[in-house]
Amino acid sequence: MNGPKLLAEHTGILRSKVGACWPGTRAVFRGHDLHQDFHDSDWMALYIFGITGRHYTPEQVRLLHGIWVLTSYPDTRIWNNRVAALAGSSRSTPTLGLSAALAVSDARIYGGGSGLRAIDFFLRTAKARASGQKLRDFIVEELKSTYIYGYGRPIDSRDERLPWLTRLAGELGLNQGPHFKMAFEIENILQKLGKTNLRMNYAGLIAALAADLGLTPREFHIFIMPMFLAGMPPCWLEAAEKPEGALFPTPCDGIAYEGLPTRPWRSRIT
Amino acid sequence: MNAEKIHTRIWREEPEPDNPFATRAAFCHGYDVYGEMLGQARWVEMLYLLFRSETPSASQADLLEALAVALANPGPRDASVHAAMCGGVGGSGAAASLIAALSVGAGRYRGAREVFDAMNAWESCGTDLNAWDAYSQIQDHELDSWPRHEHPPGFDPHGVSTATSVCQLLETLARIGVTPRLCWLVLHRHELEKTVGLPLDLGGVAAAAFADLGFSPNEGEMLYLLLRLPGAAAHALEQAGYGYKRFPFYPVELADDPAAGALP
Repeated sequence: MNGPKLLAEHTGILRSKVGACWPGTRAVFRGHDLHQDFHDSDWMALYIFGITGRHYTPEQVRLLHGIWVLTSYPDTRIWNNRVAALAGSSRSTPTLGLSAALAVSDARIYGGGSGLRAIDFFLRTAKARASGQKLRDFIVEELKSTYIYGYGRPIDSRDERLPWLTRLAGELGLNQGPHFKMAFEIENILQKLGKTNLRMNYAGLIAALAADLGLTPREFHIFIMPMFLAGMPPCWLEAAEKPEGALFPTPCDGIAYEGLPTRPWRSRIT
Repeated sequence: MNAEKIHTRIWREEPEPDNPFATRAAFCHGYDVYGEMLGQARWVEMLYLLFRSETPSASQADLLEALAVALANPGPRDASVHAAMCGGVGGSGAAASLIAALSVGAGRYRGAREVFDAMNAWESCGTDLNAWDAYSQIQDHELDSWPRHEHPPGFDPHGVSTATSVCQLLETLARIGVTPRLCWLVLHRHELEKTVGLPLDLGGVAAAAFADLGFSPNEGEMLYLLLRLPGAAAHALEQAGYGYKRFPFYPVELADDPAAGALP
């Protein structure tokens, strides 16, 4: 079926497998009675179940918590946090500021976009290896054709979050997965190839751990959506506590104008 | 104070002598906005100037304005306006309703990303039917935040024939000024639709118009988002007035219900 018949088939009704609520009675969450089965659930456990439809162990859920916690930086200068803070300074609502900041976090060079490409890289690499290709050869080919996501970081190539997350994964017994091990092998290969600035970054490590948990790229993309959230409310709040408009106020000479010189306007209305 | 500065080629402001934060004069690509443009410039001239750094010709301004009228309200059946109405009906804030319209209207089905994709198709294929044929067969392999596209951009995947409104927009726009892509579309629409296998949609006409106006795909995507907001705003406010009891809350058929078979 296609065309308008297909649309007509879907008109005026919701057909769903993921859930529904009946106000005053009950709510269903992916085949479970929400209140009966999840009333004392950890929020992350519910979130990852909602994304994947799969249940994860308490250790795996703790690792997912750790992935979020270790990158919660309430530094108002960071672009996504700055959006939240500017909302506070402009006396907008916290919800608008925080949701805009989360939307901005789905960026190409950090956050959602880099994570998505990193897990895609690991899954492709593992597939190539499984088909018999040598890891070093695959990396050399990738370097020729594309940027390798998951390695390299502006300003300082060392990522301060990695030792902490690596340790947590070890404590939880989740540091034996094939993608996790391969991520470090790739880093070694890159170093031996002279790519000394391409050290593993946070997107690389969390993508490898997520691949070992069986997350698909899209599941991983949705999982990391609120990853920076905990660092954002302090930025909104502090900006809201300052005098209105006092966050990064820019005087006229704070603009470096690089455009055309002043010219007369000729009206186009005849 | 430090030396951190925002760099721009678009905007320059001169401060009042008594306050470096108060604007005495503002210049957009060199034009005095408050001193000369106000009362002289059309809204679409300002819009074009902001993106393109030059003023549009009279026919370019007419074309952009005609397109803006067509895009101003996608109507309450459109998903982006539906989203804005969900904001209005529940008492969400004005910005929340517009964010809802932007987010839903951003996508690859009848949204701004589809216009972006369609403008890239124009860059790749131009007015070469064979190139369009090849383009419509290309599978999207790049992993991106956006879901992979599921139909050739600019065409209606559920369409049977080209909607009259789409034809009216195309023919009206093609008559305004120098519009090589729109004029080619008027002449070759039937062949193109046969090649692609789907009827042209409004976003496809918008993409051709933006390209004829000299906008890049990134600029066209932004403009498409902007120009469809007025209707979303008006419908959100209207539904706030109607109230939620007069807004659809559709029946549900739930599969995988743990209570299925149980006594009520």
